[in-house]
Amino acid sequence: MTPTDTLRFATRAATGYPLRTFLMVLAMSIGVAAVVVLTALGDGARRYVVNEFSALGSNLIIVLPGRSETGGFNPANAITGTPRDLTVEDAQAITRAPAVLRTAPITIGTSEATYSGKLRDVTVVGATADYLKLRRMELAQGRFFSAEESNGTTAVAVIGTKIQSELFGVEPAIGRVLRVGDRRFRIIGVLAQSGQGLGMNADEVVILPVAAAQAMFNTNTLFRILVEARGRAAIEPARAQTLEILKTRHDGEEDVTVITQDAVLATFDRILGTLTYGVAGIAAISLAVAGILVMNVMLVAVTQRTGEIGLLKALGAPGATIRNAFLAEAALLSATGAIVGYALGQAGAFALRAAFPVLPAYPPDWAVIAALATALITGLLFGVMPARRAARLDPVRALSKR
Amino acid sequence: MPLIELTGIERVFTLGDSAVHALHALDLSLEAGEYVAIMGPSGSGKSTLLNLIGLLDRPDAGTYRFEDRDVTTLSADEQARVRRERIGFVFQSFHLVPRLTAAENIALPLMLAGIEPAERALRVKQALADFGLADRAGHRPDQLSGGQRQRVAIARATIMRPALILADEPTGNLDRATGEEVMRLLEVLNHNGVTLVVVTHDGALGARARRQISMEDGSKVKDSR
Repeated sequence: MTPTDTLRFATRAATGYPLRTFLMVLAMSIGVAAVVVLTALGDGARRYVVNEFSALGSNLIIVLPGRSETGGFNPANAITGTPRDLTVEDAQAITRAPAVLRTAPITIGTSEATYSGKLRDVTVVGATADYLKLRRMELAQGRFFSAEESNGTTAVAVIGTKIQSELFGVEPAIGRVLRVGDRRFRIIGVLAQSGQGLGMNADEVVILPVAAAQAMFNTNTLFRILVEARGRAAIEPARAQTLEILKTRHDGEEDVTVITQDAVLATFDRILGTLTYGVAGIAAISLAVAGILVMNVMLVAVTQRTGEIGLLKALGAPGATIRNAFLAEAALLSATGAIVGYALGQAGAFALRAAFPVLPAYPPDWAVIAALATALITGLLFGVMPARRAARLDPVRALSKR
Repeated sequence: MPLIELTGIERVFTLGDSAVHALHALDLSLEAGEYVAIMGPSGSGKSTLLNLIGLLDRPDAGTYRFEDRDVTTLSADEQARVRRERIGFVFQSFHLVPRLTAAENIALPLMLAGIEPAERALRVKQALADFGLADRAGHRPDQLSGGQRQRVAIARATIMRPALILADEPTGNLDRATGEEVMRLLEVLNHNGVTLVVVTHDGALGARARRQISMEDGSKVKDSR
């Protein structure tokens, strides 16, 4: 029997029992669709987080006061207890490192902002002139601090769009005097709308020069120093240089934690990637179940068509021909199921994207290929046993069965 | 040279712990072109004999020479080839594939033999015309009468132009008139040179053959030759 004839014979056999074929295609397609949709969900979550982090700015290094690693007993710990604070001078020192492009020391606190009788809680960020560029933020109106303004305690402020709209409404905010806590600041700029970033809404902040903010909160320490490296390749040297400079400035003690954005990103990427593999694995179980169903249905088909197999043998079909016919049928059903499942899965992912526009729920290519291949392979693999059973049937006994 | 030569054939089935001799020390020789009826009550071994001749079953002892070639030692696939090319089967219950049309059922042996679709169509068309089925080509078996079904089965059995046709109770599921018509078709084939072996327990049907062989308890009890 030629391959074309085998395929045609298998197709006729599949279409000859529509309900059985429908159920089998359904089972296989649900398995494939599950893999496609679940991996789309997992990978969508991963991409969402990665995008959120990238929105922070690129080539970023974050310096935190205090050491978060547990190093066991260190003689230095016995002598010096609390870590030294980070200061604006530390930030200026880091700026001079060759691999560093710019730094932004920040201090954060909450306070109340009032304007003409309206009062609102705000997040106050103390920053320097480079903060805007480092965070890749845009201004909607006005200007940002100059280097002189940010070094001194000049009473100027840049506000987020939400603050502007809530306190000033349609009035222009530039040039007005805003009261923050017990001090007064002249507004020189309004940030463009930017949305969420690292759990902080940039639309609801008031940015003051770092020295002014420190004076307001009566402190001279920093919350973080953000460091931007000169490029992707410079991230690692910049990290080492930052650490070296701070160690020197802090009497030879490594009492800061330096994290690179890449490392954080890579960690999230890895965690969520593993999660995607995990859900793909769970979904793959449904494919295996579908495979077992294929085997069951094909075994039933062999029993149902025993008479036909006997006839084919009497007509001179060798075992291989009968085996191939049944294998082709199993492959055909699996392939149809895989294709239908792929379409269903893509439709599901599309529905997900439509329902949650922030989630880029596209199934990764590897998952699609793996799902289709697994469907075909399980279909064939689980089709082998029934096909062999059919090929081995004793013609006399097969014929006597009606 | 006989077409079929069986010598010392034994076929034993084990049922539980007892052995049943379906065929015992059987010798039989059939010439090409013969018309033979194998008769006997059920359990006499006549169907087992037919299965052996048709290479669907193997003897436990003895030799079977078909067209002067020892076929008992052939592999299953080689036997399948002999069946495909030299032997046609007609069954009591027709054994048509229910989802295939009359034409497709007739074309099955040609498809199994790997014959080109164009030639297949030509030969099937000729066969349909020969057996008066031209207007039934696209009908499925459940849309055909019993007589038409058996005619499709005969057309299928002869499409490869075999040397031997084995018919197992070919009229068993048909009324007398249709049975008569089917037997006449088979006899025409025999008249054209095909060896015809009919298994039946119907004495009147057996009497039509030129040679009658009676079976009882696995042995030949009477041979009219």
